[in-house]
Amino acid sequence: MKYKSMTAIAVTFAAFGTAAFPDADDNQLVINGETEIVTEAAAPDHMENIDTIYSGWRFRSEETQALEADDFDNPGMIAVDQAMDRWATVEGDKNKSCASCHGDDPAESMAGVRAVYPKWNDDAGEVRTLAMQINDCRENQMGAEPYGYTSAKMTAMEALISVQSRGLPVNVAIDGPARETWEKGKEIYYTRYGQLELSCANCHEENYGNHIRADHLSQGQINGFPTYRLKNTKLNQVQARFKGCIRDTRAETFSPGSPEFIALELYVASRGNGLSVSAPSVRN
Amino acid sequence: MRITVLIPSALALCATAAVAETVLPANIEFNEGAIETPLTDAPGDPARGREIMTSRGKGNCIACHDVAALKDAPFHGEVGPPLDFVGEYRSAAELRGIVANAKQTFEGTVMPAFYKTTGFIRPGDAYTGKAAPADLPPILSAQEIEDVVAFLQTLKEG
Repeated sequence: MKYKSMTAIAVTFAAFGTAAFPDADDNQLVINGETEIVTEAAAPDHMENIDTIYSGWRFRSEETQALEADDFDNPGMIAVDQAMDRWATVEGDKNKSCASCHGDDPAESMAGVRAVYPKWNDDAGEVRTLAMQINDCRENQMGAEPYGYTSAKMTAMEALISVQSRGLPVNVAIDGPARETWEKGKEIYYTRYGQLELSCANCHEENYGNHIRADHLSQGQINGFPTYRLKNTKLNQVQARFKGCIRDTRAETFSPGSPEFIALELYVASRGNGLSVSAPSVRN
Repeated sequence: MRITVLIPSALALCATAAVAETVLPANIEFNEGAIETPLTDAPGDPARGREIMTSRGKGNCIACHDVAALKDAPFHGEVGPPLDFVGEYRSAAELRGIVANAKQTFEGTVMPAFYKTTGFIRPGDAYTGKAAPADLPPILSAQEIEDVVAFLQTLKEG
């Protein structure tokens, strides 16, 4: 039974006369035969209604799962290669590339970074996503134009940085100065938006493992973002996915980069604390 | 209370979808979740109800409910209960109330309200992601609700 407390949702169950049970498979993910990925873990203490967290990989078909197990099969790795070229490309009026400050090999300078984002930035006095930090570098360190928040170049650079943390546990901080943003994200997660009046929790907490039409609902974990989707054949930025989800509740969406989505990203990331970073992942 | 909608009589004669009277969402009276009075004067058409239940742009009921009688349409969901034989144990008034606004019957249910136009948080203009117009229409029209109820009533044993 996935619920720690039956009381809060007893009414919902009564409504449907049926309880939802997790329906993740038992497969294990090892990438390139060497990097073991934790796809199932005990839920972080802050989660009230779920005991076990699962990576979205566990809800996909074996054909889709296989694409993520080998970098030669993973279409998301093409973007990583493209971003590697840009890593060393000088842009902006300060005559710098990423490599000018961070060195030629992101495997050395970026290991572990993705696992702790979004993250409080003391100097800026705000929670920053990886995308915000990339653009801060571009504007202030390089004197270059910022990337569009969910643009292909941004998403590819996120993938390059994320792949250096592959196999490391997601470990975003939710205490201290990040707490207020995290609380706001939690409130958004449980708000029933749009004409369909659906919250993130309605599908991804109360009904993961169930199908909505042909879609097998996962827990909505984001440890695998950016994610290559077979549906749109490109790498998808996490806040672009948030936008799509809220649109599908017949709601007015929030914009990528908005305070609401930054807060939601922190909160949703924290629900995956303990799962391995596995970006770029492959999904439907 | 009912709102009278005037329509040309010629149109009323030739189109079964045209209705003389329609109860607007704001004027519905729920009785323990049920709606006793039909939302239109025209009887529901089960054949159209069947189409609405499987159409993604309309009810898309099978997204969440498994219905054996609708297996010609693929991919039935599991979020709500199966609806087989629901016409056996639910009255038309109960079914009408649940389709129009299930939260009046099942507090906190995930099921969307298909005949409701106010009280939403950030309502959108269908699936565009943009803000809803001031006169946001319900997801299904009054007649479409009646059509779905008529179909659900056919889901009986034997």
